[in-house]
Amino acid sequence: MQDLNIVFAGFGGQGILFSGKVAAYAGLIDNKEISWLPSYGPEMRGGTANCSVCISDTPIGSPLVTNPNVLIAMNLPSLEKFIDEVEEGGIVIIDSYLIDKKVERDDVRVFYVPATKLAEENGLKGLANIILLGKLYKECPFCEEETIEKALLKCIPPKKAAMLDFNKKAIAIGRTQ
Amino acid sequence: MADKVLMKGNEALAEAAIQAGCHHFFGYPITPQTELAAYMAKRMPKIGGTYLQAESEIAAINMVLGASAAGVRAMTSSSSPGISLKGEGISYMAGSDLPALIINVQRGGPGLGGIQPSQADYWQATKALGHGDFQVLVFAPSTVQEMVDLVQGAFDMADKYRMPAMILADGMLGQMMEPVVLPEKSEKEPIAKPWASCGHKGEREHNIVNSLYLTPNALENLVKERYERYETIKKNEQMAEEYLTEDAELILVAYGASSRVAKGAVNKAREKGLKVGLIRPITLWPFPTDAIKRAASHAKALLTVEMSMGQMVDDVKLACEQKLPVHFYGRTGGIIPTPKEILAEIERLMA
Repeated sequence: MQDLNIVFAGFGGQGILFSGKVAAYAGLIDNKEISWLPSYGPEMRGGTANCSVCISDTPIGSPLVTNPNVLIAMNLPSLEKFIDEVEEGGIVIIDSYLIDKKVERDDVRVFYVPATKLAEENGLKGLANIILLGKLYKECPFCEEETIEKALLKCIPPKKAAMLDFNKKAIAIGRTQ
Repeated sequence: MADKVLMKGNEALAEAAIQAGCHHFFGYPITPQTELAAYMAKRMPKIGGTYLQAESEIAAINMVLGASAAGVRAMTSSSSPGISLKGEGISYMAGSDLPALIINVQRGGPGLGGIQPSQADYWQATKALGHGDFQVLVFAPSTVQEMVDLVQGAFDMADKYRMPAMILADGMLGQMMEPVVLPEKSEKEPIAKPWASCGHKGEREHNIVNSLYLTPNALENLVKERYERYETIKKNEQMAEEYLTEDAELILVAYGASSRVAKGAVNKAREKGLKVGLIRPITLWPFPTDAIKRAASHAKALLTVEMSMGQMVDDVKLACEQKLPVHFYGRTGGIIPTPKEILAEIERLMA
């Protein structure tokens, strides 16, 4: 498998760190080398929150992704911050319900998914992040098919076990986009 | 073997300490270390241990001093500015021959500095954590797994040599998650501490734990005895990883977070046919002088990479006895160098 260097970026509260963790756990379950590094500190309060996730067959050097080959952007400041850094040929997935702007680069594969709107319409408020993760899985299967559910199980705390089905539904919606 | 779990470095350190038999933690919150204390706050009451958030860093380190004097395994954690505050207590502990584990999840400095990862406390950790003639053991992990693996050994060595030990981490290692296999609970009997100042039902003379010696001769003798111990440690306890050094013309020297980036750059350089290797000090004190000396005997140059303005580079120069050029590349203020930057420096030096 090609090394994946993913940046998940958006506002604090959109579940950016969570969807990153699901991807990281999926890699772990499939016995890949993985790392997950969050942005931390004041920039998270009202500004952009992001996390770097690396999935590879070989040990991870720097866990800080400066040139992602996958970017998932959930707000405009995040898109603007990272778009120029995406590797040529990389994948860019945008919540087009929240970002009213088209990408000008033509050397990356861009997918516009109105994830936040889809989440609201399907009774999955707050799960736009997972819809976008489903879309990533469709464009770039980062783990075995059955691993996604296992990864979700690892990341959803026991108290919120009821959320598993909603998360699975969100992944499924993302995969149809 | 236990399952691999995904854990933040800060939390993994805390759990490893508990498994190593540390049931007394005293701390004070500071970014980017706070998850460690928070984890301790959650876990300690469940295992009958003590978690205490002190009124300040100075109070916390003195509580560690007290607990250690009573013979228990004790620990504190902080980040750069907080470690400066603990310096006084650490000096008192060294002067009282007390073991403990101190974690520094480094951030940018000086002063309040920033909160992003840094390695600018190398001098502080290895040369002058406080006043007086003394050293502490300093360990520099580079992965979450290694953070966990070093904890038990750090406690054991601190006990064995009766001195404080430090794990010098940084914001990147503390905040990141990686797969980790947590250690089983240690079955090892902790070594006896006949010097501990604890209850003895009047069956022996009482012990005194103290760092005040007003007679110069007595103090000099004590410090000299301590320095003999330091010599033993320097001889027996150096730890370093050597990566692709055998045929290397240029050898990078880097520890902790920057060693991960350096290793990435070494791999990229090798793809381009450049003979480059890496020495990664795992103990910073004792500094792995032997590994550097070996490298100096066959490499053409060394390149130290740090997240500081260049602190470890002094020790590298001393270790190789100026037999070959020692270059430096660093970023500071909370910036993590990229593999690209380091590769460019490698190419520049080898051109």
